[in-house]
Amino acid sequence: MRTIALAGLVLLWTAWAAAIPGPAAAPPPQPATVAPPSDLAAGDTPNDAGQSISLTWRPSPDEALGVEGYEILRAESAEGPYAKVGYVPSGFGSFDDQAVPRDGRDFFYRVRAVGAGIAPSEVAAAGPARSSQQWYNAARTNALVGTLLFTLIVIYFIQGARRGRHLFIRRIAGLAAVEEAVGRATEMGKPILFCPGMDPVTSISTLAALNILGQVAKKAAEYDTPLVVPNRDPIVYTVAEAIVKEAYAEIGRPDAYNHDSVFYLTDSQMGYTSGVNGIMARERPATNFFMGYFYAESLVLAETGAATGAIQIAGTDSITQLPFFITACDYTLMGEELYAASAYLGKQPMLIGTLKAQDWSKALVGLLLVAGAALALSGPGLRQFVLRLLSID
Amino acid sequence: MKKNVPLAIVLVLGVLFAVQYFVPSRLSQRLYDTTLEWDIIISIPALAIAVDSLVRHHVVRIRQRRKGWGYSWVYLGAAAVMTAIGFSGGISEGGLFMNLFTFALAPMQSTMFAILAFYMTSAAYRAFRARSPEATVLLLSAFVVMLGLIPVGAALWRGLPGLSEWMMQVPNMASKRGITFGIGLGSAATILKIILGLERSWLGGSE
Repeated sequence: MRTIALAGLVLLWTAWAAAIPGPAAAPPPQPATVAPPSDLAAGDTPNDAGQSISLTWRPSPDEALGVEGYEILRAESAEGPYAKVGYVPSGFGSFDDQAVPRDGRDFFYRVRAVGAGIAPSEVAAAGPARSSQQWYNAARTNALVGTLLFTLIVIYFIQGARRGRHLFIRRIAGLAAVEEAVGRATEMGKPILFCPGMDPVTSISTLAALNILGQVAKKAAEYDTPLVVPNRDPIVYTVAEAIVKEAYAEIGRPDAYNHDSVFYLTDSQMGYTSGVNGIMARERPATNFFMGYFYAESLVLAETGAATGAIQIAGTDSITQLPFFITACDYTLMGEELYAASAYLGKQPMLIGTLKAQDWSKALVGLLLVAGAALALSGPGLRQFVLRLLSID
Repeated sequence: MKKNVPLAIVLVLGVLFAVQYFVPSRLSQRLYDTTLEWDIIISIPALAIAVDSLVRHHVVRIRQRRKGWGYSWVYLGAAAVMTAIGFSGGISEGGLFMNLFTFALAPMQSTMFAILAFYMTSAAYRAFRARSPEATVLLLSAFVVMLGLIPVGAALWRGLPGLSEWMMQVPNMASKRGITFGIGLGSAATILKIILGLERSWLGGSE
């Protein structure tokens, strides 16, 4: 009986304890609300191939309260439904929607600030906006004007050369030494080594190097001096082979062309370097030409060549490698001299005309620099104007 | 005919792609992308021709017993082994082919790269001999710049790091930009010469 009474008491107590409300649980923290981004503007991305709309907005003034970024939403009507098309981190106020489904159709955009500890902000809305492709890149107008101006200057000097006008070209020591270098190899009965750079045929410096190869091959054919041309790029190899073959044919000695003189080595940078070093160490060429674009291997090549006692003529437009060539080679064609080499060696008036055009264009660039610097120093407005004028997209 | 056809192709494509640079439309972009694909397609047969040239070169060396002809056997053997392994076992990660690449070829390339440090020392010795007024200026400039970059420089004279920075940012940068202008105009002139057919050395002759 006492047990039953005790059990009843326990039950009553349990029911009473359950009925009494406990201490109130802390309500979950309300996520902070932040001000939305403002001044959202949407418009066609200029100077592009279409299907892109550019958005700009003023970031939320409450970014410091936990805004991590902005969600960009797109819809085909102002009412929606809106789908997320992009996200940019906080601190940015622009986005290019490059996945617009179709040109010429209206699209509406919304941007809202989001973050882990905040409620998504109210949205900023913009639209309608339409994308379209352009047929002229207005941001490159300055490049177009410069190109046309330069072309006109080149044509003017070519016409002058055609009419027989004398055009003075200063002596370029490295190019004046080509004849001597080929002659030396001939006297010593040793080959000439010509490296057409490390870049593919699409590089302008490689084209310039191949132009020089044509001239050097002609001299080698004339003097009957062996020529060794190891290549790194398969297409450069095929072009170099054709150039050397044609040069021998032009001199009237196609039979003297050695099919083994132009060959492919490897496309591995250091493999090529090792291969050329081996050729220099074994065959001891009397003259080494390093023309075109070079990378870290420039010094390894030039120092090995210097150790073999060869006359070395280098030419590159790789500014970082120029000091190495200047140090280790007898003559170095710096930058534009590489491009001038073919005209200088070929001595064709029309080609020399283009060199004159280069010189005058350089003078024009110099004048522009002085004028631009003067304008930029005149005030911040003019400075912006000059920057806009000279910037190319 | 043999030269006129390539010249005509260069003229047409040269002008076309000069115009393409200023036209951002889809058609223009597609033309550019297609050309890049052609470039890859053309390079494949060119690679076959190139490998043929390399093999012939080494075979000739062995036949003529030229100096160092034994190395040609090394090349031919290595090329044959790598080709056989590549075709039979594939080139996947962890395979024999990739292991040979990772543990044999890559270290050899790194070794070649590493010897650059020794060449740099010998070149620096040659460059920094004050044999002429220009070389003396170079020597002094290099001395100031190098000293300014290490803590000892600042300990010797507080202004040295600033002077070193100024030398890099002002006279050095000015000369680099001067060269860059020349390169820009030179490359533009070379392109024009080739497009207009004035420069024909790349065809092997001037006629």
